[in-house]
Amino acid sequence: MVFGSPLVAFILTLVAGVVLFQIMGVNPFDALYAFFVEPLTSLYGWGELGVKATPLVLIAVALSIGFRAGVWNIGAEGQLTLGAICGGGVALLFYDVEGFWVLPLMIAAGIGGGMLWAAIPALLRTRFNANEILTSLMLTYVATLLLSMLVHGPWRDPDGFNFPESRIFSESATLPLILGGTRLHLGWIFALLAVAAGWLLMSRTIIGFQVKVVGEAPAAGRYAGFRVRRVIWFTLLLGGGAAGLAGLIEVSGPIGQLLPSISPGYGFTAIIVAFVGRLHPVGVLFAGLLLALSYLGGESAQISLNLPLAVTGVFQGLLLFFLLACDVLIHYEVRWRSNTLTSTRSG
Amino acid sequence: MAIEYADLNTEWLMDIVLATLLTIITAATPLLFAAIGEMVTEKSGVLNLGVEGMILLGAVTGFAVVHYSDSASLGIFAGMLAGAGLSLVFAALVLGFQASQVATGLALTIFGIGFSALLGQNLVGVAYDGLPKLPIPGLSQIPFLGPLLFQHDILVYLSVVLVILVSWFLYKTRYGLILRAVGDSHDAAHAIGYPVIWVRLCATLFGGAMAGLAGAYLSLAYSPLWIENMSAGRGWIALALVVFATWRPWRVMVGAYLFGGITILQLHAQAMGIGLPSQIMSMLPYLATIFVLVLISRDRNKIRLNAPASIGKPFHPTT
Amino acid sequence: MHPVLLSAQNMTRTFPGVVANDAVSLALREGEIHALLGENGAGKSTLVKMIYGVLRPDSGSLVWNGKEVSISSPSTARSLGIAMVFQHFSLFDALTVFENIYLGLDKNTNAENLKKEISAISERYGLPLDPDRHVYTLSVGERQRIEIIRCLLQNPKLLVMDEPTSVLTPQEVEKLFQTLRQLADEGMAILYISHKLDEIKQLCEHATILRDGRVVDSVEVVNETAASLAEKMMGQALSPSLDSIAPQREKLMLLVNELNADTDDQYGIRLRGINLQAYAGEIVGIAGVAGNGQEELLKAVSGETLLATSSMVKLNAVECGKYGPNRRRKLGLACIPEERLGHGSVPGMSLKDNALLTSFKRLGLLTRGFIRSAAAVDFTHRIIERFDVRYRDHQSLASSLSGGNLQKFIVGREMAQNPDVLVVSQPTWGVDAGAAQTIRASIQTLAGEGSAVVVISQDLDELMSICHRIGAICAGRLSDFYPVGDITVQQVGLLMAGAESLEGDGS
Repeated sequence: MVFGSPLVAFILTLVAGVVLFQIMGVNPFDALYAFFVEPLTSLYGWGELGVKATPLVLIAVALSIGFRAGVWNIGAEGQLTLGAICGGGVALLFYDVEGFWVLPLMIAAGIGGGMLWAAIPALLRTRFNANEILTSLMLTYVATLLLSMLVHGPWRDPDGFNFPESRIFSESATLPLILGGTRLHLGWIFALLAVAAGWLLMSRTIIGFQVKVVGEAPAAGRYAGFRVRRVIWFTLLLGGGAAGLAGLIEVSGPIGQLLPSISPGYGFTAIIVAFVGRLHPVGVLFAGLLLALSYLGGESAQISLNLPLAVTGVFQGLLLFFLLACDVLIHYEVRWRSNTLTSTRSG
Repeated sequence: MAIEYADLNTEWLMDIVLATLLTIITAATPLLFAAIGEMVTEKSGVLNLGVEGMILLGAVTGFAVVHYSDSASLGIFAGMLAGAGLSLVFAALVLGFQASQVATGLALTIFGIGFSALLGQNLVGVAYDGLPKLPIPGLSQIPFLGPLLFQHDILVYLSVVLVILVSWFLYKTRYGLILRAVGDSHDAAHAIGYPVIWVRLCATLFGGAMAGLAGAYLSLAYSPLWIENMSAGRGWIALALVVFATWRPWRVMVGAYLFGGITILQLHAQAMGIGLPSQIMSMLPYLATIFVLVLISRDRNKIRLNAPASIGKPFHPTT
Repeated sequence: MHPVLLSAQNMTRTFPGVVANDAVSLALREGEIHALLGENGAGKSTLVKMIYGVLRPDSGSLVWNGKEVSISSPSTARSLGIAMVFQHFSLFDALTVFENIYLGLDKNTNAENLKKEISAISERYGLPLDPDRHVYTLSVGERQRIEIIRCLLQNPKLLVMDEPTSVLTPQEVEKLFQTLRQLADEGMAILYISHKLDEIKQLCEHATILRDGRVVDSVEVVNETAASLAEKMMGQALSPSLDSIAPQREKLMLLVNELNADTDDQYGIRLRGINLQAYAGEIVGIAGVAGNGQEELLKAVSGETLLATSSMVKLNAVECGKYGPNRRRKLGLACIPEERLGHGSVPGMSLKDNALLTSFKRLGLLTRGFIRSAAAVDFTHRIIERFDVRYRDHQSLASSLSGGNLQKFIVGREMAQNPDVLVVSQPTWGVDAGAAQTIRASIQTLAGEGSAVVVISQDLDELMSICHRIGAICAGRLSDFYPVGDITVQQVGLLMAGAESLEGDGS
């Protein structure tokens, strides 16, 4: 039932895709094949799916917990960037050092960087009542500029012919691969662990209970003795930490260095992933894979059919539109049914 | 000789100041359109976070129509229509299906970024001269003030007229009163017999059209060309401006010019080579947004008294 | 005798699962104040909503001035000359009194004339109002005046008033009655909905009594006593008995001592110099018009609002003004807020989760932060059985319960934790008669077992029947308290209107 609407939404998105491709003068079935099937015809493709899904799932699991609490952290992209800066900074600092401790230190720095960036909206919201949607989003632009400044300036590779990019990270600063013949790396395991931890937190612990109560009814939360401020801090730091980790994973995994642009909007797409996954960790896992496929599909359609990459964004937006609409339709029916059972109290 | 030199210097300084002020006006105008539209939407109790997406769609549509039809007015109109069209999708989901306003607004932005990029793929690198200036006869001859105030393109004049009109509409007309009433309490408005959904639909479409107009201004006048994601967060800044202005039209205008000023001054500072990395300067508008948000929001009562009370809340009509 | 203005004949309206009105008939004459009397859930609102065009009847007819009419919407009703003041006002807080009235009238209204008309009407009927003030600054009584003026401006022939006095002090009620009598003398018919018998005795000539959706009787009020009306309304005579419980004066359970609390809410009330004691076995009542600090007081005692000094609240002799809700619960406190949905319970969560809401600490339902799910389900079933809550299963959402059942569940949840001190706000507000009876009885049982209970209520009759001592809250100040036997309803009214004590009061 709950997962019915994502399914319907996906089908509607495909239908809209057929129409869209028709208008663009591309054979819709070729295009859909290129988008959703071709990427998965090889083991390497499946590995890539995991690579793309890793940041999406990691961030979306954490964001969905925040959304449950009514905390709208939509600046995960910026927190991801800060995680990449801090984690990558550690890698550059120790670029000529070999050691098993380099990677854990980078991970800690990445998580810390993301948390630091998310702590700003948390502070501004709890202390000054400033809307976290706008502040976290503004900080995304700031983070991107910060990264650009670093790779154009002090962190530019001295042997890099003036290209705005850092040194390539050393072996010790790179995530180990976990599946031969693919680029799938240790980050995927982190993502799966995050799903399990998120599920445990939300369904079994008092912390998850607090988050849900505060999100559903803040006044009832205060009545129960939960502190709304603490929930805001917790969910923002969690989201920031996860996004920071995802950013670090990107630069120490598939990218291997710092570039002016390190993410094709994972932080924003993760918002869609969270909704399509019904704000539920297991749902998020599947939604993450689906939207990862939309990235791969976009690339494959660009190569084989010369379609613009922007199609990916259109698909993602359409999916969320259809989901929101389907959601309400299905929800309506449920509510209508329960109304007929309980609408007996009219003075 | 010395005197002449000094004269020249003053003139040169005046020119610089004039040029700067003029660019501030052009930088402020799109913010003003988007923010005043969003303000009207919010006054009716609807929070549309999709401003950025609507601006981009307006920008690419306006530019495309001008490119293919060579008619500036058609382009401007098409930009507004595109923004309103996207806001219609928002209204259908939010008012019709009662979907979450925050989630739908985000979806609108994500979709708008992607869709505008798709539409504009063949327009990147195409040149356009920009909207023609319309000097007002007589007035534009006044030294300094003439060029500053009376030698603009049509949309700059329109933006000022718009503020006057919106202000008059909201506070002097019965329909404006109804709009504010719907934003204050949709239940009471519904009980008295006002069509809440209809009022909100109109306000949302107006907001969308104004965002589209802001977009058309960006791609036709501010920097007459199309690039992906060219709004660079202006939609979000417009949202912050509405809060900064505590939902009042004239303060929206002040805010828009303030931000236009910051945008331009940091550009000038970059051009003059102020010694700081250009990225630091580029951060300024975003940091300033955060700063003013904090400044205004810290007084909870100020927000509560001025913000439309039912903003963001879904309306379920009962009996 | 005046001619019949409106007659409703055999009005029937069903909702899924219930017949709200079953062949209800009623005749109303010009110049008559006619009571529609019944308990919560008897079908009064359904009937007037059909008369006002908000609901359509399944069958039955309405005859207006001798002609059968179909009233399909409130605007049809208004054009016929029917006006209604609802229990819940339709006002805009952010707008002025004038703008509110203006919006309530049709669009051809001339704003300039309107100002004059408003002041004329408010003068004529003793309804003072400043048209330029914003509604959020007004008291509930003043807000009601806006609604009444809105109605009167349409020159109605019939004015329907739905429970108008539940938010007023006895003195404000008296003023309202004067206005209504004056209107009736001028020929207007008034349909007055209430369940308060003394008011009906005072005001109305004729009464139609509803029970379970049917008309039980239609009577001339002069021929009835309050007791006979009550019997018809409820089906059986009520006999509240409280004498069996004796407060133990040596055991002070709750002490509120010079409590001050500021509010950061513009619409909120500042509490000043609050003093309150509750002893073991005692039920203390706090009367007051809504919005005079009741909610703030409950939050200050419950720990939702933390206080400046810890000595402001003492539970079982422990100073706890700086403790949060759960530390106070550990000391034996339970609180039940007025708002059931969204404050006392989470509407979108299951009964089990709602049971957990206040009990997880006190009942030890956690192990190292993990919820002991089976124990929580057990506890939920215990509440449900003891308080006879009608539900589907423990996964049912709180919002799916009727008002009475949800209130029983919330009261049950707190009672089942055996609190030493219970503070409850509006325990039976908007609850059907059966549930109200259960709740009052359980409050008395709790006190009988030696707990101290503080009841905050707008329902004076309720307080007078179950409390030992009574006082009132007004504008954030609490009055002195008096034994119920030593104080009259009028005197409580003075306290509700702001008198701190009855010193020097002759009566």
